[in-house]
Amino acid sequence: MSSRVEILNDGGYRSDGRKQYELRDIVIDLSQRGTADGSASITHGLTEVLVEVFGPREAKVRAQTMHDRALINVEVNIVPFSTGERRKRSRGDKRILELGSTIKSTFEPVVQTSLYPRSEIDIFVHVLQQDGGLLQASINASTLALISAGIPLHDFVCAVTGGVHSTAPMLDLTTLEENDIPHVTVAVMPKTKKVTLVTMETRLHVDRFGDIFKLACEAGQVIHKEMKRAVSERTQKLVTAMEMGPRVVPSADVGDRDAMIDDLNDY
Amino acid sequence: MPRPPSPSIPEKEFLFNALKQSLRLDGRQALEMRTPTLTFGPDLGWVECSLGKTRYVCNLICIHEIHLIVYLRVIAQVDGKMVKPPPERPLEGLITIHSEISPMASTEYEPGRPSDEEVTMTRMLDKVIRRSDAVDKESLCIQAGQRVWHLRLTIHCLADAGNLLDCACLAGIVAFKHFRRPEVEVVGDEVTIHHPSERAPVPLSMHHTPFCLTFAYFPDTSTPPVLDPTHLEQRLSAGLLSVALNAQRELCVVQKAGGVPLDPDEILRVVDVAVIKAKELDKIVEERLKEDFAGRNIEVQ
Repeated sequence: MSSRVEILNDGGYRSDGRKQYELRDIVIDLSQRGTADGSASITHGLTEVLVEVFGPREAKVRAQTMHDRALINVEVNIVPFSTGERRKRSRGDKRILELGSTIKSTFEPVVQTSLYPRSEIDIFVHVLQQDGGLLQASINASTLALISAGIPLHDFVCAVTGGVHSTAPMLDLTTLEENDIPHVTVAVMPKTKKVTLVTMETRLHVDRFGDIFKLACEAGQVIHKEMKRAVSERTQKLVTAMEMGPRVVPSADVGDRDAMIDDLNDY
Repeated sequence: MPRPPSPSIPEKEFLFNALKQSLRLDGRQALEMRTPTLTFGPDLGWVECSLGKTRYVCNLICIHEIHLIVYLRVIAQVDGKMVKPPPERPLEGLITIHSEISPMASTEYEPGRPSDEEVTMTRMLDKVIRRSDAVDKESLCIQAGQRVWHLRLTIHCLADAGNLLDCACLAGIVAFKHFRRPEVEVVGDEVTIHHPSERAPVPLSMHHTPFCLTFAYFPDTSTPPVLDPTHLEQRLSAGLLSVALNAQRELCVVQKAGGVPLDPDEILRVVDVAVIKAKELDKIVEERLKEDFAGRNIEVQ
């Protein structure tokens, strides 16, 4: 059909102008939002996910707490205007519950929960815009939000999607590509280069799987570099702001004021 | 109902030490599956799948006989009826999967309330059987936009001895292969369904046969992974990796959510093992189906 968009054309370019192994633009925003202990928003191309973390705090439901560890609670909210057509999803939607439970099991071995017995860490994921790579963006944003909240982690968790179009492997897929080609989401812990999450729901030959799997693990390292840079920049900003004293407010970033500076100004 | 108690420390240590020496409590090899036993019911599309058998261990010094029952039973049934298709997909049939773990399976499960394991099992079943397109949905269309077959797969888990997921997937997919739908004749706008006694029912057209294999990993990374974990191994595992694939070396589902982090090479190695096991399973299933149909030809014309 001539109206069909090509996934990979002869010049090696994809439908959005990227090359085969090129990742989409990453924009990370670690500024404070509301009363959340930690919040982070990550944008992979057109997919935007905002995650807020509360905790460790006293558990709402005492019965579910564990005597030696913290309980991690993940709630995912996909806003109706995230896709092209407006679609309201019920809270009990299986796919959303599955997404939440996958994120929870990914972070359970990574967060040092044994340091906070009988407490709860809440992770609220808000999907603002969807264009493929939903699980990938959610996991990356959750990692950043947990770091922003100051919760100790064993390592970053960096996720990336990969797919294979006939024999050509591709990284970081958009919705158009995800609907068409078999794809896998891989999350790695960059320090040890080990894999914490692999999910694939589409049929793919074993040999092709081997190629794309290895590639995705390496791509995780690239995402780690970006995330680390964003965290360093944010920390630098905070440190500079704290050292500047209560009276001086950095004039350039009005939108980036910390609650800490505001409190100090009140005295 | 309170959570069932975790395995005791001596049990935990015994299991971990045994696994370090590549010994499993039921005598299997680390990567050995329990042999599946498939029993077909009187109706077409009714399958009971059990993994494992009763094994006897005799201790020569003491006079007792120790029975190790490693018995896992799942029943799957397919039935079909004609319905009007949804407007967005007028040319495809519908498949719904309903799975239930009855309290008969184990004291952990309550009726009505799906436990975590049940939810995981339902989702994986859905991915392995429905989303992997095992059954050709377009062949289920009778009249475009008006009548399609709606197949309903019901899975009941009767006894839980670990790894319900693999058993349920096997039972489900064999039930689909065993099921025969009544033949339908469409002349213009008239649709005639022929009773199985008039015309032989037609098998479902299947794209492929996926099998699910679950590997359990333990907290000590030097311990090798085990295939088809028993109940105790599952409770004490630090991570599960489920791979669903067919005999044509195509992976349908790979699911590793959390748990102990693994080397990429380890995962690829496990996938290779799964490929071999899937071929074996395929042979066993084909043989059993052939046996059963040879016995049935007298009844169905």
